Amino acid sequence: MKIWIQNLIVLGGIAALLLPFLMMGRSERWQRARARFKRDRIGLVCLAVIGLYGAVGIMDAIQIPSHAGAGQAATLLDWFFRNVPQEKSYSTPLANTGFSTNKSEPLQGRHWLGTDVLGKDVLLQTLKACRTALIIGCLTSLIYIPIGTLLGIAAGYYKRRVDDIVQYLYSTVASIPNILLLVAILMILGKGLGQMALALGVTGWVGLCRLVRGETLRQSERPYTEAARAMGQSNGKIILIHILPNIMHLVIINFVLGFSGLVLAESILSYIGVGAPVGTASWGLMIDSARMELAREPAVWWNITAATTALFFLVLCLNLLGDSLRRAFDPRAN
Amino acid sequence: MFNYLLHRLLHAPPIILGVMLITFLVFYVVQSPEAMARRILGNKASAQAVENWLHNRGYDKPRFFNTSPGQKLLDSQFFNHMKSLATFDLGVSDLTGERLVETFKRGAIPSLLITLPSFIAGISLGLALSLFFVFVRESAMDLGGTLLAVVLMSIPIMVYVIFGQWLIAVKLFYLPAFGFNLAGATTAKYLLLPILIMVLGGLGSDVRLYRAIFLEEIRQDYVRTAQAKGVSSARMLFVHVLKNGMIALITLVVASLPFLIMGSLVIESFFGIPGLGNLTLTAIRSSDFATVRAVTYLGALLYVGGLLLTDICYALVDPRIRFR
Repeated sequence: MKIWIQNLIVLGGIAALLLPFLMMGRSERWQRARARFKRDRIGLVCLAVIGLYGAVGIMDAIQIPSHAGAGQAATLLDWFFRNVPQEKSYSTPLANTGFSTNKSEPLQGRHWLGTDVLGKDVLLQTLKACRTALIIGCLTSLIYIPIGTLLGIAAGYYKRRVDDIVQYLYSTVASIPNILLLVAILMILGKGLGQMALALGVTGWVGLCRLVRGETLRQSERPYTEAARAMGQSNGKIILIHILPNIMHLVIINFVLGFSGLVLAESILSYIGVGAPVGTASWGLMIDSARMELAREPAVWWNITAATTALFFLVLCLNLLGDSLRRAFDPRAN
Repeated sequence: MFNYLLHRLLHAPPIILGVMLITFLVFYVVQSPEAMARRILGNKASAQAVENWLHNRGYDKPRFFNTSPGQKLLDSQFFNHMKSLATFDLGVSDLTGERLVETFKRGAIPSLLITLPSFIAGISLGLALSLFFVFVRESAMDLGGTLLAVVLMSIPIMVYVIFGQWLIAVKLFYLPAFGFNLAGATTAKYLLLPILIMVLGGLGSDVRLYRAIFLEEIRQDYVRTAQAKGVSSARMLFVHVLKNGMIALITLVVASLPFLIMGSLVIESFFGIPGLGNLTLTAIRSSDFATVRAVTYLGALLYVGGLLLTDICYALVDPRIRFR
């Protein structure tokens, strides 16, 4: 996939993530939710942390002329690390000399989190992996959210035949174990971020579709929908103006919670060996490459610790933010 | 009851047909058998070798209709694929030529040895913890517990495995970190760590789910009635709410029962347990398409079986369903 397309996805995805928080305020329901969310300290902290991850991702998506030489693309993030050269192999965090038992060579730079087997700075790799995680999350959401929402609304609103077809579709896709279908698709399409997003998107819409269908069924029985129908509004208008805004919060909560699942899935797939291609900065790949190094004496622990910590906090914050949003929209649910 | 089950049974064939179509689409159309052969034999293989490979596995037949003279019209990739799946013939491995039914039979026991104990332990532990959290609901304990559940959910499974192996097996020498041996008591030594990790990995989401179900139940009218009549809060929770909450719970749990046989892809490969999950991963890594195809189909069959089992359980625990 072209670099600039990837970068566009990162920027667009983060904009889409922030949009609901800016748009809160249109209707009474959203205003109330915003008031509740503002009082939710855990949610606010999580939003800030996710914003931080987003900022790192954006920094790695902005291309600047390279300092290293012509033809080499670099990002803003690389620029911050311009004084951190690549070493020969492992070195412990903040060490002065290389990590070797027989003869230790002095390092060329200072590495806060040490270096990996190729001598790359672990901190830089960890930060760069934010962009990979964001690309997978955003691109997959871009695929599965429209499919799930559209099919769910269609099934819930038109009922009868349409409902039967949609239900058949999602029970068929759901009947193939998720991980197997994912792996089978990736095995055939090959490694890559785009392929991974496609595979995750094709398998991931079922949950959202079920949710939206159920809620649309409920909304389409409500008096306001009947009133709109009695006034002779077209189906398209009823869906777009009346039903969609009333189920949008479900889609957003699902998006946030689903994002955490996607980040986890990316790391697990990369780990299994069907995900990100070798050479991509990815937490899953970092964990994979560090797996055997723990058995060393002394153990190489910084690599895996950095990747796990970064992955863990992003997923944790997304999960907690999703819960906060759910509480804000439906205080009874807790 | 009989009518209800018959009605539910009729839902299964279209779904299985759909899965058969999807597997055909993925494994024959998107990835052509020629590309498959190239991947297994390598790019340097002669055209003759590729042709032989295709012919031996019946992949050289036309895709939909066999129109060449002297041949049966339906002797094609599509109809052979559908026929073999419809008759539950899983075929042979692309790589070793072994009959896959045998392979699966071999893998089922090690898989079940891990998944069954961790399934039972996971449910018991999840139920106990979630009931406790509901009992002390809205206290600091409940808040901390649910937060801990989210934390447990946010750790990827391989991190549990890596740290578990490192801490318990490499540092403390309590248990072997890798391997499997199906011989009486020594088997338990190999199984304990994988089971422990599987339980821990699923505990977070289980506790949250069960807690939500019981909280939903506690808001029902019958709970208020029971309280008004002077039932103690402990009895109310552990007798009335637990009983009714189990209806929702059983349907969730029973559906995953058939999947136990599939084992766990990640856990099995880490611990070197020769179960179905490990087998699948090996097939993926060696591009053994026939095996992956068969496992996918097997998984779909198990899913449909789980759905039917759920329906039966539903009808058993909730008499209203039987008369629909």
